[in-house]
Amino acid sequence: MFKELAKGLGITLKHLLPGNTTTVQYPKERLEIAPRFRGLHRLVPTQHREKCVACYLCPTVCPAKCITVESAENEEGEKYPRVYEIDLLRCIFCGYCVEACPVEAIEMTAAYELADFKREDFNFDKERLLKS
Amino acid sequence: MTPEVLTLSNTPLLYTAAMLVKVVVAFVVTLLIVAYATWAERKIIGRMQTRCGPTMTGYKGLLQPIADGLKLFFKEDIIPAQAHWFAFIIAPMMILAPAFISISVIPFGSDYQFTYDGILYSVPLQVTDLNIGVLFIMAMAGLGVYGIVLGGLASNNKYSLIGGIRSTAQMVSYELAAGLSIIAIFMLSETLSLRGIVSAQQLPLWGLEFLPSWFHNWYIFTQPLAFGLFFISSLAEINRTPFDLPEAETELVSGFCTEYSSMKYALFFMGEYANMITISAIGATLFLGGWDGPFFSWMNFLFKVFAFMFVFIWIRATFPRLRYDQLMFLGWKIMLPLALANVLVTGFAVLLWQ
Repeated sequence: MFKELAKGLGITLKHLLPGNTTTVQYPKERLEIAPRFRGLHRLVPTQHREKCVACYLCPTVCPAKCITVESAENEEGEKYPRVYEIDLLRCIFCGYCVEACPVEAIEMTAAYELADFKREDFNFDKERLLKS
Repeated sequence: MTPEVLTLSNTPLLYTAAMLVKVVVAFVVTLLIVAYATWAERKIIGRMQTRCGPTMTGYKGLLQPIADGLKLFFKEDIIPAQAHWFAFIIAPMMILAPAFISISVIPFGSDYQFTYDGILYSVPLQVTDLNIGVLFIMAMAGLGVYGIVLGGLASNNKYSLIGGIRSTAQMVSYELAAGLSIIAIFMLSETLSLRGIVSAQQLPLWGLEFLPSWFHNWYIFTQPLAFGLFFISSLAEINRTPFDLPEAETELVSGFCTEYSSMKYALFFMGEYANMITISAIGATLFLGGWDGPFFSWMNFLFKVFAFMFVFIWIRATFPRLRYDQLMFLGWKIMLPLALANVLVTGFAVLLWQ
C-alpha cells in the first residue's frame, strides 16, 4: 500500500517541475487550428457578384434547416440568390452545405469567436457572409 | 553575564511593550501566511495537475488572495430564513478563534536579547509559555470541532447537517490517536511546556555524546511512529484531503459551509488554513525540534512550518478522499491501537534506559 502511495506522490511531484503545464493562455496565445476546421461560413465572391447560383442544394441538405435562400434573375439573365441567410444559432457547423455546393460558392473559415449580444446579430445575411 | 528576564512586576512598561509586539507580530504573520497559503495551494495544486493556477492578478497572481478577500467582503451576507441566526453567526468565529489562540503557546524562536538602560534583557519569542502548553493545544483543537458542528446544525440544511455529523465523528476519533501520539512525546520530555519540549530536543541524539554536536535529539528520530500517527491524524483533524469528508464537494455540495456566504464563508476558509498553520507549527515544535536548526531561529521555524504545509498541499493534490467506513476503520482499528502500542513501548523504554 505504501509503495502505491509513494508512487502517486512521485507523479505529482514530477508534474511540479517547471515546464509541465499544458495550459494555453487563451486570449494571449492560441492553438493552431486544423486546416479543415469548420468555423463561420463565407460566401465566395467572384469579380462583381457572389459565386452562388441559388440552386437550393444547401438548404435542402442542411440538417438544422438554418439556411434561407430566395433565387432571382439579374439583368444578364443569370440566376442569383436575392436572399441568402444563415441563422447561426441553429447552425451545427456540420459542413454539409460546403460539400453539397456544386460551384464551391460557400466555404468555412477559421473564425470561431462568434459570441454576440443580440439574437438578431446571429442572423448572417448575404452581405456579412460575403465579407466574412 | 546572564540576561534578565522581562517580568511584569520588575519592568512593567518594557514587558507590556514586548508582549504587544509579540502578539501583533504572531497574529499578523499568521494572517499573512493564511492569505498566501491559499495562493500557494492553488499554485502548487495547479502545477501538480499540469495547470497554471492564478496568473492574472498581479505578478504571477500574487494579488489573488487580496482580490478574493475583497470580493468576499463585498458580497451579500445571506442568513437563511430557517437558520438559527445566533448559532449561524457564531459558528465561523468559533472555528477561527481556537486556531489563532493555539499559535500563542508555540515558541517561534530562541530568546531575543537586547540591552536597555545598560541592562541585558532576554525575551522568549513565544507569546506565552504555558506549563500545560500541549494540553492547551489539544483543548483548542477539540474546541475547533464545535464551530463545524454548530455551523452544520444552525444552517438547517441536510447537507450541512451531514457534514457536521461527519466532522464530529471524524474529529473525535482522530483526536484520540493524535493525543496518544503526543503522549509518547511528553513521556520523553517530561514536561508539557512547548518551550521545555523544544529545549529537550537540543540534547545530543539518543543521548549519545560521541555523535557530532549538530545531531540534535529531534523527536522524529526517537518517535518516528508517533510522528506518522500525529501527521495522519492531524490531517484528519483539520479536514484536509484525503479526510475532507465534512465538506466533500462531490457528495455534500460544500458540507457544513453550504449555506454560508460572504465574510462568514471567508472566516471558515481562513479557519481551515489557520488550522493548517497551527498543526504545522505544532508538528514542527513537537517532532522537528521547533526553532532548532542552522539559520536564525525564527527562519528555521518558518521553514519547517512551510515544509509541513507543502506536504499537506502535496497530499491534497495526490490522494482521493477516503470512504466514510474506511475513515472510521483507519481511525479506530489501525491508528488507535498503534498509538497505544507506541505509548506502551515508550513506557518500557523510558523505564529501562532512564
